[in-house]
Amino acid sequence: MTALLATSGLTAFYGDFQALFGVDLAVEEGEAVAIIGANGAGKSTLLRTICGLLPAPSDRIRYRGAAIGSLSPADIVSRGIALVPEGRKLFPSLSVEENLLMGQQSGRKGPWNLDHVYTLFPILKERRRQASTSLSGGQQQMAAIGRALMTNPELLLCDEISLGLAPIVIRDVYGALPGIRAGGTSLVVVEQDINRALALADRVYCLQEGRVTLEAKPASLTREQIKLAYFGV
Amino acid sequence: MDWINGILQGALIGGLYALFAAGLSLMFGVMRLVNIAHGDLIVFAAYLGLVVVQTLGLSPFVSLVIVVPTMFVLGYILQRGLLNFTLGGDILPPLLVTFGLSIIIQNALLEGFSADSQKLQAGNFETASLHISDQLAIGWFPFVIFLTAVAVIALLELLIYRTALGRAFRATSDDADTARLYGVRNRHVYALATALSLAVISIAAIFLAVRVNFDPASGPARLLYAFEAVIIGGLGSLWGTLAGGVVLGVAQAVGAQLNPGWESLAGHLAFLAVLILRPRGLFPKLVD
Repeated sequence: MTALLATSGLTAFYGDFQALFGVDLAVEEGEAVAIIGANGAGKSTLLRTICGLLPAPSDRIRYRGAAIGSLSPADIVSRGIALVPEGRKLFPSLSVEENLLMGQQSGRKGPWNLDHVYTLFPILKERRRQASTSLSGGQQQMAAIGRALMTNPELLLCDEISLGLAPIVIRDVYGALPGIRAGGTSLVVVEQDINRALALADRVYCLQEGRVTLEAKPASLTREQIKLAYFGV
Repeated sequence: MDWINGILQGALIGGLYALFAAGLSLMFGVMRLVNIAHGDLIVFAAYLGLVVVQTLGLSPFVSLVIVVPTMFVLGYILQRGLLNFTLGGDILPPLLVTFGLSIIIQNALLEGFSADSQKLQAGNFETASLHISDQLAIGWFPFVIFLTAVAVIALLELLIYRTALGRAFRATSDDADTARLYGVRNRHVYALATALSLAVISIAAIFLAVRVNFDPASGPARLLYAFEAVIIGGLGSLWGTLAGGVVLGVAQAVGAQLNPGWESLAGHLAFLAVLILRPRGLFPKLVD
């Protein structure tokens, strides 16, 4: 059976600097995969490359068997892969609701619309006319997730959605993920918070300096294995 | 009364500057592209109007039906085929390329139409006026220019703040890469912005060509007025741009009343005064 998403020997560069060295990663339909690793390990780069923001050889990234490495971000999102970018990246000139509506630019049909997002995050409905910059960090993160959901993704990539948030807020944000999964969306979660990642994921990858150093089911992992994969010592 | 008449006419003519400026502002706002060829594209549109009027025998205002869509398509092609390749990171390539384009347009027009100045004729309408009192009259033509400017700016505001394309414009302006993640095809969006910009300035171009003489070298001065109106009004605000145009028009009218030779000078002085007193313009919107 073909994986939903598979990268094989994926490399990525920022100019002359190589950030990924042959990453093999697979996500099955319905699966939740966590990617952990230290700062600069290449986690965000991996997600940005999958989404088409960084160039990749076409056949190194396959989605439902089709080579998508050389497609534009707009084409990739219209196939059903959406990214919640690191740092949320809401559009400051747009209201909360307009930010959510940006997800519709992809033109994908599906269950997600404004009402559905507002049911998931009721606070956004209260704040929908406000400038996105007026939201608290947690609310901004919810809006960023909502905006990605508005593209009706089959695969949702979340880049450090707990970054800079208070623990209680992180719980709220993460609390939304099981519901999203139940709707049939597969997940890839990049996370610094290892416990958070292990609790959520069916499988976990660890990246270190642009290479996969570990791939396993969370239940079978020991702290020692993670430490070794994380730091290489 | 001469003074009031003059100032009123100046304010109405400000609508013309606002139209020049709205096009410039749109391109800068969406893709941070400063189009040095803006004034020459206005003059190009005026010549296009001249050709349409002469070959089809239409009135200048009816020629808009052909000139506006033609400039829209040309704008799309110009952006997709040339200007898109200058964008990204550095602000210098778009400046240099549009500067080159400015020279090319001026010389092509010179080659095709000679340096003789031209004018479009709109008959009695040019001088017809609405009498308010014995001594006070508003020219119909400046009045129509002003109303058109208000209507065009209102439509642009609607487009920018009420439609999906407008959201894409604003989102791309905020963060082009992130906008792409949600399905915005930025090359297409940029091309639409330029197409719209040229459609707007072609309306202004026909008004300009009916109002005053133009020749292939008239462009840079129009660019300057457009810049001044944008800066006076404050970046990022189209209604501010209209106000900027009016300030410029009134200043020129006042200058002309004092001494006919001071018309342009007075406009530039008003611009400098605003720059000194309110460097961010009268109605700044952009925060950064």
